[in-house]
Amino acid sequence: MSRTVALREIAHARAGDKGNCSNVCVFVYDPAHYAAVAAQLTGARLEQDLGALLRGSITRYELPEHNGFNFVMSNALEGGVNESLNLDGHGKSWSSLILGLDVELEDPG
Amino acid sequence: MQRNGVYRIGTGAGFSADRLDPAVDLVARGNLDAIVFECLGERTLAFAYRDRAADPARGYTPLLERRMRAILPAAFERGVRVITNMGAANAPRAAALTRDIARDIGLRGLRVAYVEGDDVSDCVDAQTPLWEGTTIGGVGRSFIGAHAYLGAEALMPALESKAEVIITGRVADPSLFVAPLRHHFGWSGEDWEVLGAGTLVGHLMECAGQLTGGYFADPGYKDVADLAHLGFPIAEVRADGSAFIGKLEATGGVVDARTVREQLLYEVHDPSCYRTPDVSADFSRVRIDTVAPDRVSVAGAGGAPAPESYKLTVAFDGGYLAEAGISYAGPGAQRRAELAGRIVDERMRMVHGSNAPLRIDVIGAASLHATARRYHDDAEDVRLRCAQRASSTGEAELLLWEVESLLCCGPAGGGGYRGSITPSVITYSASLPRDRVTVRTEVLEA
Repeated sequence: MSRTVALREIAHARAGDKGNCSNVCVFVYDPAHYAAVAAQLTGARLEQDLGALLRGSITRYELPEHNGFNFVMSNALEGGVNESLNLDGHGKSWSSLILGLDVELEDPG
Repeated sequence: MQRNGVYRIGTGAGFSADRLDPAVDLVARGNLDAIVFECLGERTLAFAYRDRAADPARGYTPLLERRMRAILPAAFERGVRVITNMGAANAPRAAALTRDIARDIGLRGLRVAYVEGDDVSDCVDAQTPLWEGTTIGGVGRSFIGAHAYLGAEALMPALESKAEVIITGRVADPSLFVAPLRHHFGWSGEDWEVLGAGTLVGHLMECAGQLTGGYFADPGYKDVADLAHLGFPIAEVRADGSAFIGKLEATGGVVDARTVREQLLYEVHDPSCYRTPDVSADFSRVRIDTVAPDRVSVAGAGGAPAPESYKLTVAFDGGYLAEAGISYAGPGAQRRAELAGRIVDERMRMVHGSNAPLRIDVIGAASLHATARRYHDDAEDVRLRCAQRASSTGEAELLLWEVESLLCCGPAGGGGYRGSITPSVITYSASLPRDRVTVRTEVLEA
């Protein structure tokens, strides 16, 4: 049995920007969830689900000792803070965009 | 020089519009050796260059006078060194103003050092390549200026001078912290491990409240107490660059492994290679341990040789950003707002012949994430937002006019029109060999 949860239920995140490149770091609260997130929250998954906004290549760095990942997303800010017409030109809210994705967890019960 | 002591450094501001009261509190109660005010971003520096072009007496950070008047008396009395990039595009003028403020409030003898050399507008030309793939001439916009991110080395003469206040322009944010640590502990400029450790401290500290519970709270998931009185961070740094991170008693916020981890990767790409003018720092094996409430130990950063050239930010005139909005509420609000957006789009193209990209959001249904996610289909309290870039204020006014005209000519029940026109600056990056940059330091006395 598995259950579907929003990433926000099991992880926290922070977004930063440099030019037209966004990075979002994601940390799971419980190390037991790290493997499931590692398997499902791939760069390819983000490109597929959010590609209309995250338009460039996505590189994922893994920090297992911190239960974390760092997603570096080129061409992901609709031009960057000084050029974008998006009200959130920094992409500060991209952390919540990613925390809204679903992941499947094996049900311990 | 105390090689074995702990150096206590606080952050008084993490960006140009940061709060003032946490810095006043830190200076009064923090028992600090130094406090750093990081007040300069890519955009704020570009605007500072523009301000200076319009008036040679301006071009420093707008809140400089308020910040200096609030903190200098206690900082001078307690021997807390003030280090800041508030000089922006005009460090000499910022230093002279600070000296005048010190005289005005009776701080005779206070010394203000300023550091120049980051303005490298004369070292680039139309053929200079940009990281984005074109050249300065190829951008097709009017050039405003170019500035180099200087490193800790640039601050060494000012630190040696014993000046109580050090004012710079563009310096890499972590270097504002690395410089006093390097000076205090006598670190070599080629001891990459310890410079990596110092850069970790600077990187964590540079955004002030983002380390102590700001930019973090998510009610019900990550609750943070008393953000209205958020305390700014203090780092107690040892000679090997390892540190304890904390904040003052009786302040809001939280310091724990979660806040430190989030900041560890803030605006970082490859955690094993975070490049500054001082070092290529390695954050991939950092240890973060909560040792007590609001007290976290950080250690284990590494380092490799610094990049061979300086990073530049190159600024261009970006014209104007026109933004205009009108609200709709009640039954059918989202559909009325969407209709209004289609009307504006049609009239900008058909009546005004505008072909510049026009962004139309329905705030409350789909806006920040609209290109990827539509959160509602029938929202009942929404705001239409239209945004477009224009090359002149006259062109920008057309969008505001069209949105305002919806009051009488658009869908039912539209109210609350507001519009704004903001001058904009566009920035790109470039590289410059280090030997092209000449740093100069001057000390003024109140």
